[in-house]
Amino acid sequence: MIKVLKTGLYSSIQDLGRPEFQIYGVPVSGVMDAYSAKMANILLGNNATDAVLEMTMTGAVLQFKANTLLSISGANLNPKLNDSAIRMHTVISANTDDILTFGQTTKGLRSYLAVAGGFQTKVIMGSRSMCRSVTAQTTLKLNDELKIVEYNPYETGKNASVKFNNDHFESSRIDVFEGPEFDALNHDQKEKLLNSEFSISKENNRMAYQLEQVLENKLEPIITSSVLPGTVQLTPSGKLIILMRDAQTTGGYPRILQLKETALNVLSQKYTGDNLKFNLIPYQ
Amino acid sequence: MNDVLNFKKALQNKYAKQKVYINSAYCSILISYDTTINNIYDRISDIKRQYSKEFGHDKSTYNLWRIPVCYDDYFALDLDELSEVKKCDKSEIIRRHCEAVYTVYFIGFLPGFLYLGGLHKNLHMPRKAKPRLNLLGGAVGIGGQQTGIYPHDGPGGWNIIGNSPVDLFKADQDKPCFAKAGDRVQFYKVTLEEHQKIKALEATGFYKLESEVIDD
Repeated sequence: MIKVLKTGLYSSIQDLGRPEFQIYGVPVSGVMDAYSAKMANILLGNNATDAVLEMTMTGAVLQFKANTLLSISGANLNPKLNDSAIRMHTVISANTDDILTFGQTTKGLRSYLAVAGGFQTKVIMGSRSMCRSVTAQTTLKLNDELKIVEYNPYETGKNASVKFNNDHFESSRIDVFEGPEFDALNHDQKEKLLNSEFSISKENNRMAYQLEQVLENKLEPIITSSVLPGTVQLTPSGKLIILMRDAQTTGGYPRILQLKETALNVLSQKYTGDNLKFNLIPYQ
Repeated sequence: MNDVLNFKKALQNKYAKQKVYINSAYCSILISYDTTINNIYDRISDIKRQYSKEFGHDKSTYNLWRIPVCYDDYFALDLDELSEVKKCDKSEIIRRHCEAVYTVYFIGFLPGFLYLGGLHKNLHMPRKAKPRLNLLGGAVGIGGQQTGIYPHDGPGGWNIIGNSPVDLFKADQDKPCFAKAGDRVQFYKVTLEEHQKIKALEATGFYKLESEVIDD
């Protein structure tokens, strides 16, 4: 078990979500940056589908009530185990009563903590991902007790770490495909969309990232259609909204672009004020 | 509608052995793959070819669900206004709302929110200029040409004419919503007392919604 001594800004248990429940109007949900989360899991020999703790900008303070192995990937929130700094992207052993502290981010936005065997919190509709209006709890609460499996490693002192590709944080390139309504845009609008630099507005969360700049348009709303994480919607007022993992399953704004899965991971590490540029993967 | 559902079924057969999630809306289909696709544009033309071919018109079974609604003034926040605007007795509005057999086009917007088609023309009413911030879960409303039930407490801009005691979204169940795209829905009027009784029964998990199988 792990006890929550401090929650951090926005911390939640996430796995790869519940895509099969979109037919019931349930958000896909799941880790925002699947690349980093999978990295943390794989380092421990976990399944990619195991649940991890996602922390945003400011991390949690946690106390272990069992022995386990842990690994941390994604944003660097300056993790410390019992007040000594620990490395990212490697396997660390933690013992009962150890205290794991996270601070402010120095690189990236979302950090992932994995433990051996994965977090064992409640499964709702095939997933442990916390999500508003689906699970009772949306974020960690003070004094929560998160179930984990006791793990006593035979050998300790493993020292290997993996090199994390820093492009993941630094690249401003967001790979996209044409969305279903892309061709409703005129030539100038397409040019502007694909050749300008955009920045992320302060409206950014697990549901959607809104961009600061507008793309003027007179597009009609569409008949309500499916949307999914990575869909870029264009509103009548010209706002560009990039839907993220907790987005609703249908929408009525034209869907002009669709992010590549890897681009969603890159975007998830960006926040207010960061720049991005769409890179269209051409029709071959 | 049938075209969408039949093609969805054909795709489900095609992908029976793969981990693929297929969802439909009014006139679109979304296919989510669990695996990486090497060339998305090849895949799109493959699916377009499949669509241009004849695809099976399998007999699918759908249900007609009878959903209780309490139209009492206690819940029906906008029924008086609707009655005035439409120059139509409240009882007549309720009769029309209960008379129609609605088609479930799909579930979206919120978990368990049914997109229903078939609202009587005289009941069409624009959404409220200012949405309410705190609607009660189960609120039955009219928004434009649509009617529907808000599954949870929350904000909403539709004109509220009643409340259903039925829980539309049970997160702890494998099948969290009773209805699926293609099913039908009909409302029937219950009193405030009956609403409370059903609500209590629903909370214990023993309430069973009336339904019948229909052929399509």
